[in-house]
Order: sequence, then C-alpha cells, then structure tokens
Amino acid sequence: MDDLVQRFLAGDRRALARIISRVENETAEGREYLRQLFPHSGKTHILGITGGAGSGKSTLTGALAGEYRKRGMTVGIVAVDPSSPFTKGAILGDRIRMQDLALDPGVYVRSMAGRGALGGLAPAIADVVAVMDAFGFDVVIIETIGAGQDEVEIAGTAMTTILVNNPGTGDDIQALKAGIIEIADILVVNKADHPGADVLVSQLQALLTLSPAGSRRPPILKTIATKGEGMDKLADAVAAHHEYLESSGVLASHREEDARHQVLAIARQILLERIRQSTSEEALAGLVHRVASRELDPHSAAEELASGVSH
Amino acid sequence: MSPTTTAHIRVLIAKPGLDGHDRGAKVVARALRDGGCEVIYTGIRQTPEMIAEAALQEDVDVVGLSILSGAHLELFPRVVEELKKRGVDDVLLFCGGIIPEDDTESLLKLGFSAVFRPGTNTQDIVKFVYDHVKK
Repeated sequence: MDDLVQRFLAGDRRALARIISRVENETAEGREYLRQLFPHSGKTHILGITGGAGSGKSTLTGALAGEYRKRGMTVGIVAVDPSSPFTKGAILGDRIRMQDLALDPGVYVRSMAGRGALGGLAPAIADVVAVMDAFGFDVVIIETIGAGQDEVEIAGTAMTTILVNNPGTGDDIQALKAGIIEIADILVVNKADHPGADVLVSQLQALLTLSPAGSRRPPILKTIATKGEGMDKLADAVAAHHEYLESSGVLASHREEDARHQVLAIARQILLERIRQSTSEEALAGLVHRVASRELDPHSAAEELASGVSH
Repeated sequence: MSPTTTAHIRVLIAKPGLDGHDRGAKVVARALRDGGCEVIYTGIRQTPEMIAEAALQEDVDVVGLSILSGAHLELFPRVVEELKKRGVDDVLLFCGGIIPEDDTESLLKLGFSAVFRPGTNTQDIVKFVYDHVKK
C-alpha cells in the first residue's frame, strides 16, 4: 500500500484530505483505505447538528468548535450542503461561517455535497466520519443539510444529536407534530436575542412533558451563535449526554444498531449492483415496458429481475 | 450504475484581499455548480494562508481566485507560495477580476492557466475547467 496511510496515521492533514476524497467517491481504492483505517476508529465522540435552513447550524458548529478548542480538544467537522438534482453540482458555503477556525491546526473542516442522498446527509457520510474518527479528533461534528420535519437519519450516525430551532418559525402545533424533535438529544434555541425566544422555550418544554414516561428529556438551551453565547453550556450538555450514553449502556447498543443499519444498507447496494450486472439493458427495458403498459405489476417485475441473479 | 459513485470536480472559489465585491465570484461559482462541479465558496477577505489551508482541507482539483482591488501581483504569488508550502502543487489555478492585460504574462508564469476578465462568457470558464482539470 502507498505511503498515504502511513502519513495519515502520522497525522498528516493532506493525507487525511486525499483519503476522504477517495472514500467519498466510493472507489475500490477508497474501500481499501477504509478497510485499513476502520480498526483505528471508534474512539471519537460524534455529534450531529441539524435544523432548518438558515437556523444557524454552520455558525453554531463553528462557535461550538471554538469552545472545544478552548478546552484543548481537537475537532473535525463535516458540513453537508445540497447537490443540484439536475446538474449534480453544488455550492458548499458552510466554511464562510467558520472563519475563526480557518488557520487553527486543531480543526479540520470538510465540505460535502449531498449527492442526492436523503435525510440531510451524503451517501458516504458514515465512511467519511469513520475516517475522521480514525484520524484521532477528540470530537467530530456533522452538520446536516437544512432539515425539515422528517430528516432523522443523522441520529443513526451521530451519538449526540443537537436540533437547532429558531424563534418565529411556527406555532406550537408545528412543535406538537414532533417528527425531527424526537431524535434530538439536546434542543437549542438559537438566535435567542430575537423576539419570541422565551415563548419557543416554553413551547418546547410543554411539548417534552408529553414524551413517553421514562424517556430521557433533552435539555433546552438558548444560544446566540454569532456572538458565541451559550457555547460553554452547550459543550457541557454534550459532555453530560456522552456520560449518560456510556453509563447507561445506550452507546454500545447504538453502535450495534448503527453497524446493523450500515451493513444492511451496503448489502442492499451490492445486491442491486449484481442485479444490474446480470440483467441486459434489453431485458430490463422489456420488463419496464410491460409495467408501464400495465401488463405486469412492479412487484412481479422486480421478483422476476431478482430471481435471475446467481449467487 | 449508481449516480453516487461519480467523482465530481471540486473547485475552490476564493477572494483574497480587502475588496468586498463578490458578485463576480458568486456568478462564476454558480456557473461551475450548474456545470456539475462541487464548488466551495469561502467568502470575502481571505488571506493567502486561509485560501491555501481551505484548498488542502477540501482536497480541491481547481482553485479560482477573484480580485478587484488591483493587489493581484501582491497577493497571488503569496497564495501560490502558501499552496506549495502545504504540498498542494497539483491543482489547476485560474483567476479573474479587474486585472490589466499587461499582467497576464506574469500570472501565467506564476502558474495560473487562465485569466478571465469582465465580459467573459461563464460557459467558457466551465469549459476551461473541464478541459484542463487534472483528474
């Protein structure tokens, strides 16, 4: 194997950057790097920061990373922005909000395009996070694409999920629908200097009283990320959640669950590739046509497709 | 063939120096995005160190610098130097903005493959990137 892995393990950030590209592009080479580096991962606390577009996720990510630096910890950041569904291109602009960290040798920021994945993440996110974990950062923060009510995938990859809310973005019925709120380990009311912040805090509190008995109630914290306000309390809340995860055994089961999810997702991908490889374009087009003309239903067509795969 | 396995060209669009007008940089970023590139835009007032560090961390294939202040012969050599210092020596470099014709020669010598001026068709920039990128 080339010296990229050696350089990576010696802490060379350019080697890290290069390996991430290969892993992100899901090449055979990338998979080989991941195979070698994966045993070095599993030590880092992985945070997810999610919330609506414009809620302040990037600014909060930068400010929280600054707080970790004050505490002497190193931070890796993966910031995901959406790809165009038509051209597959993307504008990745999250670094703009993290300028204070630009030259800090204890911080590494990587922008990733969503590349059509659902859930506010990117297809290779788990692999890229594993590589950053293996590099030895004390914390890795994943910042999702602006999420709506239902982008909950982040909770699988991250150990602690922070949901960023803002005052003035809907009444308590929006909050009552929950959805994404259910995955939050910590609720943040950012832009807390805007009118309505306290109302939102009490609405969220009221909502949490409706949670099933015995479930862990996420703390609600007010922040003003642009001024760095509330970051010490946020970092403390993350640490408290981490401690809870470890002492309760939830962390171990979370790892098992996430591993199961990943293995099955990759297996699904492999099977799909096999089906595509063992089916001629004409055969597929024929099946598709029979479905389109209502001669055959899609389930039967898929059964026929899958039955042709040799193992 | 899954669309997720395609390698995309990654481009850093950066504005060194103190001028605060980034309309041109944004137009070029958007054109490249519409051309299928993943474009990292870092905003205004970047130092040469910040630009080189972003290029390293983001592992870009292309760096495009935009400048209107007239300080290009001052700042661009420092960007190139900072890139080299970090071992980022294989990216495609181009620049644009208010840059006199007379300076083209020195910029090409410095390692820039093209200088784009006001009035350039953005499609020419996209084509330039696809034709010259080292993939």
